Amino acid sequence: MAAATSAAGWHKGGSVHPILLLVVQRVALGLLLLLAVSAVIFLGVEALPGDTAQAILGQSATPQALENLRAQMGLDQPPLTRYFSWLGGLMTGDMGLSLTNGQDIAQGIGQRLGNTLFLAFWAAVISVPLAILLGLVAARYQGRWPDKLISGVTLSTISLPEFVVGYLVLYFLAVKWQIFPSVAMVFPGMGIFERLNAVILPVIVLVLVVLAHMMRMTRAAILNVMQSAYIETAELKGLGPMQVIWRHAFPNAIAPVVNVVMLNLAYLVVGVVVVEVVFVYPGMGQYLVDHVAKRDLPVVQAAGLIFAAVYIGLNILADVISILANPRLRHPK
Amino acid sequence: MSDTLLSIRNLRIEATSYPPGEAPRDVVLVDDVSVDLQKGRVLGLIGESGAGKSTIGLSSMAFGRGGVRLTGGSILLNGRDIRLADARALRGLRGREVTYVAQSAAAAFNPALPLMEQVIEAALHHGMMSRAEAEARAVGLFRTLGLPNPESFGARYPHQVSGGQLQRAMTAMALCPKPDLVVFDEPTTALDVTTQIDVLAAIKDAIRDTGVAALYITHDLAVVAQVADDILVLRHGKRVEYGTTGQIITAPREAYTQALVSVRSIDHQEKPAAPAVLSVQNVTARYRGTSFDVLKNVTLDLPAGQTLAVVGESGSGKSTLARAITGLLPPTQGRITFAGRELSRDQRSRSRDDLREVQMIYQMADTAMNPRQTVGTIIGRPLEFYFGLKGEAKRARIQDLLDQIEMGKGYIDRYPAELSGGQKQRVCIARALAAKPRLIICDEVTSALDPLVADGILKLLLNLQAREGVAYLFITHDLATVKAIADRIAVMYRGEVVRYGSKTDVLTPPFDDYTDLLLSSVPEMELGWLEAVLKHRKMASAGN
Repeated sequence: MAAATSAAGWHKGGSVHPILLLVVQRVALGLLLLLAVSAVIFLGVEALPGDTAQAILGQSATPQALENLRAQMGLDQPPLTRYFSWLGGLMTGDMGLSLTNGQDIAQGIGQRLGNTLFLAFWAAVISVPLAILLGLVAARYQGRWPDKLISGVTLSTISLPEFVVGYLVLYFLAVKWQIFPSVAMVFPGMGIFERLNAVILPVIVLVLVVLAHMMRMTRAAILNVMQSAYIETAELKGLGPMQVIWRHAFPNAIAPVVNVVMLNLAYLVVGVVVVEVVFVYPGMGQYLVDHVAKRDLPVVQAAGLIFAAVYIGLNILADVISILANPRLRHPK
Repeated sequence: MSDTLLSIRNLRIEATSYPPGEAPRDVVLVDDVSVDLQKGRVLGLIGESGAGKSTIGLSSMAFGRGGVRLTGGSILLNGRDIRLADARALRGLRGREVTYVAQSAAAAFNPALPLMEQVIEAALHHGMMSRAEAEARAVGLFRTLGLPNPESFGARYPHQVSGGQLQRAMTAMALCPKPDLVVFDEPTTALDVTTQIDVLAAIKDAIRDTGVAALYITHDLAVVAQVADDILVLRHGKRVEYGTTGQIITAPREAYTQALVSVRSIDHQEKPAAPAVLSVQNVTARYRGTSFDVLKNVTLDLPAGQTLAVVGESGSGKSTLARAITGLLPPTQGRITFAGRELSRDQRSRSRDDLREVQMIYQMADTAMNPRQTVGTIIGRPLEFYFGLKGEAKRARIQDLLDQIEMGKGYIDRYPAELSGGQKQRVCIARALAAKPRLIICDEVTSALDPLVADGILKLLLNLQAREGVAYLFITHDLATVKAIADRIAVMYRGEVVRYGSKTDVLTPPFDDYTDLLLSSVPEMELGWLEAVLKHRKMASAGN
């Protein structure tokens, strides 16, 4: 609200379009939020008992050995200094070295993130249009059998735990009928079609998991808009039910749908560890869990920040799309 | 009768009603209504709310809102019975042979699409014209309807144009696919009286120029008299009377029509001057965070036990004045004196007695009452709060108040949803009276009510004034109401009082420009009034 009024004020004074200002505001706010999250992550790791030196040397290390290693790694510096040096490193792409294997974290994460994004991308490309389409169809036949069928099936798949869906898909498609490979092995240098063939099962599982949420929201948002007087106007022009929904209801239902879509996209990036484990897929989730188990704190910090950035970025995108979808903001008086 | 366009025979329309706490039951909305409409003629459908006007209007497109069903009779459009047509045939007919103009154009336009897209949509959808042809026709209609910059008007979005312009755009949308019949459903009811007259004239010109037939639905007989050739009077879903416009307004046969024609039968004599109970001096106010004065230097007196009517169009500052007096919007300048003492600007710093003395009644009785409280609880609250009444004494006083508003026994335990619109407003009046105030601010209290019901409320308010000596600050945009109830009148325009005095003085010429425009815009129940006013205005502007 405050943003809207200040934007309007700006528009009167200068030539900057209020939309641009709103978008810049959102992005600036997102960066600020990301900074705050980095501090929280740093503090969280800081609050854990023991530190990196302790993790490397183990429980039986002598105090003197710990002292030496801390001095060597800069861990004896005050937390604020270490926070800013970590932040400075991040800015330049330097995430430090992994404790467990001594490799560059940025390189390790980069490859895993690429795999995760690949999987998330294909799951999104299939699930988002499918969910919206099913939502529109369910709204069109509200309370009749297509609606009940769509709701029933999608709600069942979301109600089953992911690993159950995963093993079911695995059992039928990979073991019984042997259509697709059971293990989603990908490695650098693989061709795109090989890669796609490898990830098909996890993509199917992810689609089934995120479909219901987006479908239900699309249906609810459309049905809400269908109460409006302008829907009656469209019906009285002789438009068919699907034309009314597509042309007149959907443009006014975009904002709530986009928000739920973005939440699900964020989930596809940050929350798919179970599916990765089931299909032995080398993605971010497994990488993070492995390093948490090994108390590899620099890796955990870096991965946490990347997940936060994905979440914040997608939510900003949802905000911006909602703003662009609002004709009152796009075309001020 | 080869030029009969629409022929409705023994139409019966039903719906399922879901009364609170009872089993659903079928109700008959329209019963045994027959009427014919010739090509190029305009038929007015008139009646109060619930008379079935809109239901009949929409039935000419075989459309029923919600669970409304056309259960009997026939609706012949261009010779075939559309009641029996299937969904596909109906889609072919809607937006091509019959189009619709809704009451609230602001709600009936899709906020996400530019106006042109929506205006030409039906013509394109039915494949009647190319996009270029349709756009050219739309621009021509914009011009006929007197819209500004007709060439570029269609590129705008609904929120970028005014209410009166949207209503004209809606008319253009209805006329664009060259229909045989247009259903106008209260197209000017939501507009200010000064805007209504222009839109009415534009609609009338457009009907004449295109030669289309029209069903014109309204509750205002004076409006329909200006546009209709024939009038069908409806009540409770039944036909009361049908005749030419001239016959209906000059020689109505049925008692109900006569009551409609002679509504505003109240003959209120202006009371002599008396000392003021409320005195507003040089009040200026603005909303927080804005730099625009919504009230500018307003000065008014309201004599004790009398009625001051504040009139003006929407946005003139009438309701803001009420908020300033009640202290909900503290004025930035000026004084408000009540019964000789100055009231604190902010209601939060007023004494409980000051709060008690000034009560309010609102336009929408529906939203002014808690739907989960009974009538007894609603009226009992001020009795407890101001007078500490409890138990039997409170109940007796509530019943006493219900008697005063002529509702009697049996209502004390009912919920608002179980009352009619007029009864709800009466309960709100009783709640205001319960505080024994010396001033009641009435904000458009009859605007949402049917004429005959509104008449009853006004009579009740006058009776209560005679008995209790309470003063009314009566905010309204309806000049007929003003004439019926006021002792003094203030005309407001853009936050200023442009004319103020006794009723006789304010309503006697010479007028200032705005009061003249306002008074001459109120439709009068006579044939040719619209043309006469417009001609008079044209001559006046030519003379200048």
